Amino acid sequence: MAGLTNTNITPPRWLTAELTYACPLQCPYCSNPLDYAKYPTELSTEDWMRVLTEARKMGALQLGFTGGEPLTRQDLPELVKHARELGYYSNLITSGYGMTEEKIVQLKEAGLDHIQVSIQASTQELNDHIAGTTSFEHKKTVAHLVKKHGYPMVLCVVIHRENIHQMPEILAMAEELGADYVELANTQYYGWAHANRNLLLPTKEQFVKAEQIAQAFKEKAAGKMKIYYVVPDFYEDRPKKCMNGWGTTNLTIAPDGVALPCHSARELPGLDCPNVKDYSISEIWNESKAFNFFRGDDWMQEPCRSCDEKEKDLGGCRCQAYLLTGDMYKTDPVCSKSPEHGVVQEAIDAAAKASQLAANEQPLVFRNSKNSRNFLKTL
Amino acid sequence: MAINPTQPIYFSTQHRLQWEEAQQKHVILYPEGMVELNQSSAEILKLCDGSRTLAQIVSDLEEKFATTGLTNDITAFLEAALSNGWINQH
Repeated sequence: MAGLTNTNITPPRWLTAELTYACPLQCPYCSNPLDYAKYPTELSTEDWMRVLTEARKMGALQLGFTGGEPLTRQDLPELVKHARELGYYSNLITSGYGMTEEKIVQLKEAGLDHIQVSIQASTQELNDHIAGTTSFEHKKTVAHLVKKHGYPMVLCVVIHRENIHQMPEILAMAEELGADYVELANTQYYGWAHANRNLLLPTKEQFVKAEQIAQAFKEKAAGKMKIYYVVPDFYEDRPKKCMNGWGTTNLTIAPDGVALPCHSARELPGLDCPNVKDYSISEIWNESKAFNFFRGDDWMQEPCRSCDEKEKDLGGCRCQAYLLTGDMYKTDPVCSKSPEHGVVQEAIDAAAKASQLAANEQPLVFRNSKNSRNFLKTL
Repeated sequence: MAINPTQPIYFSTQHRLQWEEAQQKHVILYPEGMVELNQSSAEILKLCDGSRTLAQIVSDLEEKFATTGLTNDITAFLEAALSNGWINQH
């Protein structure tokens, strides 16, 4: 297989298994690619079994079953069982849609360790609007059932301009549902969220206020509930160390078998991401062009190359550099040292301006197959 | 958080303690996270199975490693483990 060889490669620790792009929800910040309708084929059960086995052999330990909505895969219990036998810690990342008590019990018996349920807002009206599906009450029922059957329960709420004002109510809901962990994930602007950024990005004032509320709650809930707070890096002056470093920790497999160093990497040009149907996980991880592309720091441009902080964040996120500057080799423009840092403020200003428009002047683009096909026509 | 000396110590049902062949060490697994343990931490946690109190864990380990004076180190580690939610006392 073509590509560089590198002797300092660490083994994968996290395997993200995107089982399907199918999803009954239509969240406008979905991290799936905008052109997902182009990839309708899904790996077979046998392919997934082999992927799990090979990645585990290399040292992968945390496994996330995600999608799309992973519950749409009928072979999920079989995959969970195989994962448990291999010694993975299995996380199911679900919208709750299609979940029943029977399935919760079946998955527990198969060896599933944890279920993360997403809720879009603290009110039915906003939840169902953002999800594009009537789902609020069912999600709450699922959260109760997850607890009832002894799983650690993680409630995940993606935060953006439409729901950021609900922070106190969201936290109260998490408490009422008995969540062990709450993930407050400020939207990261890739995929569908990038397309809807003007309508999703909160103002700095909104962000600061919501963060204060979340921090105060964190202290109050210490010992009972853990809070994971994902900051929106548009309001930071240093970028995140994306994926803990390219090709160092995370291996994502897309529904059609394409192996990605991060779930957004499909948006980057020229990586030639390999497919698990053609190569072993070891060949992909160690030898493929895609996984070696941004390993180490030889690829860096200035100001990263000579920066004394380059080991801290490895130049930030490659997808963000690409989406905001058109050049995936550049410094993540979230960094205040980036010569193109101004694009971040422009994005913030554009979002503030858009917030003055009426909803029908700039509607949210919901994540569904019709909109994905429409997007493909524009290419 | 303080360890109650009269009650047995359990490893949390919400976490998993596991030997990792690839890393040659024990790890604690929990939702979307993991902690790598050094050998002594792992030896302590393996004894948190609900059948021993703090004093019994100390004496078992002192006997196993033919040493004395482990009380302070083990207590400090278990207090930290308790606040991390890795262990509990019913």
